[in-house]
Amino acid sequence: MTATATAVGQHPADDGAEHRAERRADRRARKRRALLEGWGFAAPAILLLSVFLVAPFVLAVYASFTDQRLVPNPNLPTQWVGFRNYSRMFADESFRAGLIFNAIFVIVVVPLQTAFALGLAILVNQKIRFRNGFRTIYFAPVAVTMVVVAVMWSFFFNPGSGLVNAVLDAVSFGYLTPERFGFLNWVLDRNGARAAIIIMSIWQGVGFQMVIYLAGLQAIPDSLYEAAEIDGATNTQKFRYVTIPQLRNTTIFVVLSTTILAFALFDQVEIMTQGGPQDATQTMILRLISFGFRQGQVGLGSALGVFYFLLVVVIAFAQRRLLREERAVA
Amino acid sequence: MSTRRLLTYAGMIALSVFFVFPVVAMVVLSLQPNETQILADQRTIWAFIPRALSLENYQDIFGREGVSRALFNSVLITVLTVGLGLIVNSMCAYSLARLNWRGRSVILGAVVALMIVPFQSVSVPLLLIVNRLGWLDTYHVQIIPFVANPFFIFLFYQSFIGLPGEIEEAALIDGANRWTIYRRIVVPLSRPAFATVGILQALFVWGSFFWPLMVTRGPEVRPLPVAMQVLFVDPQVPFGDVFAFAAVMTIPVLALYLIFQKWFVQSVASSGLKG
Repeated sequence: MTATATAVGQHPADDGAEHRAERRADRRARKRRALLEGWGFAAPAILLLSVFLVAPFVLAVYASFTDQRLVPNPNLPTQWVGFRNYSRMFADESFRAGLIFNAIFVIVVVPLQTAFALGLAILVNQKIRFRNGFRTIYFAPVAVTMVVVAVMWSFFFNPGSGLVNAVLDAVSFGYLTPERFGFLNWVLDRNGARAAIIIMSIWQGVGFQMVIYLAGLQAIPDSLYEAAEIDGATNTQKFRYVTIPQLRNTTIFVVLSTTILAFALFDQVEIMTQGGPQDATQTMILRLISFGFRQGQVGLGSALGVFYFLLVVVIAFAQRRLLREERAVA
Repeated sequence: MSTRRLLTYAGMIALSVFFVFPVVAMVVLSLQPNETQILADQRTIWAFIPRALSLENYQDIFGREGVSRALFNSVLITVLTVGLGLIVNSMCAYSLARLNWRGRSVILGAVVALMIVPFQSVSVPLLLIVNRLGWLDTYHVQIIPFVANPFFIFLFYQSFIGLPGEIEEAALIDGANRWTIYRRIVVPLSRPAFATVGILQALFVWGSFFWPLMVTRGPEVRPLPVAMQVLFVDPQVPFGDVFAFAAVMTIPVLALYLIFQKWFVQSVASSGLKG
């Protein structure tokens, strides 16, 4: 843009009409060229996004009001069914169970994982030896594929032959056993299955948030801590009145991105429990794949997709809102 | 050293153990050819200290139908998706950040708005589309929909918008066209952005499970995570093989992580800039 302006500016201002017409034609040609270049560079991405994101999104909204099937039946043309898919979705017991486990997962994992991540970030932000080594180790699980993580933890959580129960048995001198505590049957028990999925999810995900918090911690100006020190603040007070308020935006981001991911819960559940026992670890996305893919009910599956999208929109707007409030205060 | 320091180190080492033990156990048990021994060892300290160093399990899984195929498939799909993705997304971002054309701000707004659409919510209609196109059980059904990504365009956009304009102007005056400028100036100056996006996209594609589960049926084009599930749920498959397969999926990525650590961490941190 600046280049064009400079070139135009080089023309003397007082030349004749002929020149002016020429200049206008010139400018038009340049504009056309800019348009071609602009669209040319953007075209591949725009085309791909239109076909594989925008079109399916529009289709999802439309199909959610029809009885569209994956394999169409020639004798039964697709019909408009209004909100029937949505009412069937909410009437589905497993879907409601899914919403419940998604909610439990959010309520337990979001605060635990956020606090854990902040703690780790503070630990690896200290001026100590091997700091980088600890950072490397704590972040490593993020580089391990979720399916592999789920497979490994399935072995550890095996009630009879798994490492977790062996350790619990040893440290409690034989008190913590599956016979005494039902949930120690892990994936075979309703609460145990939920706990197993929550523990392994935190193990895999916490390093990611630690890194985000670390960036947030490093952005806090030292002068704030120095000022607090001059005022005679203790370490606890510094943490409470400097660190926590300064990390507000980071925390909002971490909490909301974890919430969105928690509603997308799928890989580890599909590997470890398939939603069982008795729907205890059922999730929205498991129902989506079951309706839309395994049963071929595109309409119903799309309704679930639209519902999930709306949920994400609500969470994202909450984030915007909170961040804006912060700016208004500051 | 003060007691406090000592306690901090002890705590941090305990946490390290918590974060590495599954990977160590995976590797140690994958080197144990005796299945009964694995069953006995996996609940003891011997899950972490190798007492056998045999590659039998590895020979075993690569002898299995579909395993080396899945490894090849995953590498191919990841390389192609990331390669094409880096080109397509950075070109689009270059246009949005550095070129002035009618419609630019509308497209930029649309890209930002699209960042919020989660893939899962469009997956079912997308399945319908690719099914009609006859794309099921192919490589391209696992590649083409994931090349362009609004979030990656946005990351490139943020990086390109900060480039100094002078070099570009000088090149324009010297008669360079936009393509030359993009290739010779913008791309070399933005290596960190390319590394960031490349790593994020590679991690995402390598681990992707949800979509391949829906669009691959046979072993021909199946990627590693789906092959892992097939192996894991088959009661005939010995545990040693499962551990070896898990190690095959994990060790190359962890090795890359250790080498390019700084970039990995930076790329994940940059995804936090969204807020």
